[in-house]
Amino acid sequence: MRIVTFVKYVPDAAGDRSFESDNTVDRSVDGLLSELDEYAVEAALKIAEDEDDAEVIAVTVGPDDAVDAVRKALQMGADSGVHVLDDALEASCALGTAKVLAAAVKKVEEEEGPVDLVITGLASTDGQMSVVPVQVAELLGRPAATQASALEVSGGTAKIRRDGDTASQHIEVTLPALVSVTDQINEPRYPSFKGIMAAKKKPLEEYELSELGVDAGEVGAAGATTEVVELTERPPRTAGEIVTDEGEGGNQLIEWLASKKLV
Amino acid sequence: MSEVLVLVDHVDGDVRKSTLEMLTFAKRLGEPTAVFVGDAAQGEAAASTLGEYGAEKVLVASDPAYSEFLVAPQAELLANLIETRQPAGVLVPATADGREIAARAAVRTGSGIITDASDIAEGFVATQSVFAGSYTVSGRVTKGTPIVAVKPNSVSPEAAAGAGAVETVDFAPSDAAKTARVVSVEEKPQSGRPQLNEAAIVVSGGRGTAGDFAPVEALADALGAAVGASRAAVDAGWYPHANQVGQTGKTVSPQLYVAAGISGAIQHRAGMQTSKNIVAINKDDEAPIFELADYGVVGDLFQVLPQATEAVNARK
Ligand SMILES: Cc1cc2nc3c(=O)[nH]c(=O)nc-3n(C[C@H](O)[C@H](O)[C@@H](O)COP(=O)(O)OP(=O)(O)OC[C@H]3O[C@@H](n4cnc5c(N)ncnc54)[C@H](O)[C@@H]3O)c2cc1C
Ligand SMILES: Cc1cc2nc3c(=O)[nH]c(=O)nc-3n(C[C@H](O)[C@H](O)[C@H](O)COP(=O)(O)OP(=O)(O)OC[C@H]3O[C@@H](n4cnc5c(N)ncnc54)[C@H](O)[C@@H]3O)c2cc1C
Repeated sequence: MRIVTFVKYVPDAAGDRSFESDNTVDRSVDGLLSELDEYAVEAALKIAEDEDDAEVIAVTVGPDDAVDAVRKALQMGADSGVHVLDDALEASCALGTAKVLAAAVKKVEEEEGPVDLVITGLASTDGQMSVVPVQVAELLGRPAATQASALEVSGGTAKIRRDGDTASQHIEVTLPALVSVTDQINEPRYPSFKGIMAAKKKPLEEYELSELGVDAGEVGAAGATTEVVELTERPPRTAGEIVTDEGEGGNQLIEWLASKKLV
Repeated sequence: MSEVLVLVDHVDGDVRKSTLEMLTFAKRLGEPTAVFVGDAAQGEAAASTLGEYGAEKVLVASDPAYSEFLVAPQAELLANLIETRQPAGVLVPATADGREIAARAAVRTGSGIITDASDIAEGFVATQSVFAGSYTVSGRVTKGTPIVAVKPNSVSPEAAAGAGAVETVDFAPSDAAKTARVVSVEEKPQSGRPQLNEAAIVVSGGRGTAGDFAPVEALADALGAAVGASRAAVDAGWYPHANQVGQTGKTVSPQLYVAAGISGAIQHRAGMQTSKNIVAINKDDEAPIFELADYGVVGDLFQVLPQATEAVNARK
């Protein structure tokens, strides 16, 4: 079993996230592996633990520092990493990113052999579009079982549970396939000291777009299918009236709501 | 006038409010055509409502594949409609299914997609709120057909006379799209309360409830509100994940959001920061939630909520 997990490098939500003058995300701030992709890595490691001869390959597309997302996955236990790095990638849209990720999966297959399963997070914590996984599946022509809050892989099929507002669906796909997972699926492990040391010796390939057979015109600003028209920083919400409950707090609250015509 | 396709969000034929909101946007952008995927009789029944909100045409597409398989057959349908009808743009609901249908159709038609739009202006310039609500971005699709996933509760539905003329769509999804089989469906018990992301008022509880959501639910019912929960409350098993508000739950922007026993972590804020009015009840006067509250009560939610509930009921 060969499993690829997608790991995105994103600006830290706890820091000051902002934009550059060209309306692209300021990536000079501290970044990290998108937290929701930790669940994807964990899901892949869990499956690999139950299989003989399983291999987990973490793939990222992004600037120099994005290699940190792959390193984190290697520290958690992934076997090898792939970093697609190319100046032409800057300002890619979702579709452009999906094309590169799909090409990276094909490259892994060329080098290592067939990939049975691609596991991704639910959404990145910066763009938060939740579209890249199905776009990659569409481009690869593989089945996708998305937003899994439970996943079981056996006998060449993957079974997932997809929780919606009014119902939960149980979905089955035949491998090779793509699965995206939610944060309900597992509890991602922390890298152990041993894991951190071992990660330093694990193979990490770096590819440029030309090595993946992707035309630079299809990605980045040149290939982008969307553009930002205007960006405005929202004035931070300011604290309003704060009262301390001295026995009348609930009544005071409703009076305030009434003054705003909310009750 | 150029056609704007609207993918209807419905539950067994009951058209959700988010669809009427999309029709309202579509009407501003061109001539709305509703695309109803599901049972043919339900589609015909829904056509009158869709017409009342401006739909000139209602395309009804029925094929067992649409419910037997996850999104791909619907994506094929949408891509086919885009190619054959060349609409000015396509609006889909920003639900799990909606954005995946749109994302796949975007690949098939070489189009751009914008998600979580809270407003759409002329030329399909869509506004979204990013980075936990700290930036507002307007963007535009520059290649293919504009595809925009619209966030519920973004506009008040406006009635507008449309013919609502039903047309049956003759399209059979390919076998290639029938790969992710839905083997079973478990319906979830319904609370009878409004849908979280459609509600005008949301009352949420967090770890501070210590597992007792009764006071939260009582205030919600007095206000006709939906109930939300923080991830801490969901992880503890106190409330279903479907009610989680935040980065990995629902994004809501109601008229009023009440946070009780919730500290206000960045991931929670990401789901509620664009609410029109925010009220917080927390016993810690330094809880970060107070930094964004329009009105805050420092106190014990087990005292404050029941008194507030009684005060609301007394006003009725
Ligand atoms: C604030 C913001 C708003 C944006 N708005 C738009 C927009 O409206 N339209 C548009 O076309 N583009 C937009 N972009 C650009 C777009 O988000 C990214 O270029 C693109 O990588 C995909 O979208 P996402 O990050 O939302 O991914 P999602 O679809 O949310 O990602 C889901 C999963 O796919 C995998 N994945 C995604 N990207 C990568 C990667 N680079 N490397 C490895 N794995 C990955 C991860 O497993 C992730 O969990 C926006 C970006 C930002 C930061
Ligand atoms: C990848 C990721 C995604 C996440 N996604 C989400 C998400 O979607 N939604 C979300 O909510 N969180 C999310 N989180 C978790 C988030 O970081 C916080 O841990 C969580 O929001 C805390 O929930 P809380 O405010 O209920 O609990 P706490 O932070 O523990 O706060 C409880 C509050 O209750 C107050 N309190 C206690 N007793 C009372 C009382 N009797 N009366 C009044 N007040 C009382 C306390 O003073 C405290 O402020 C995510 C985290 C990660 C890493």
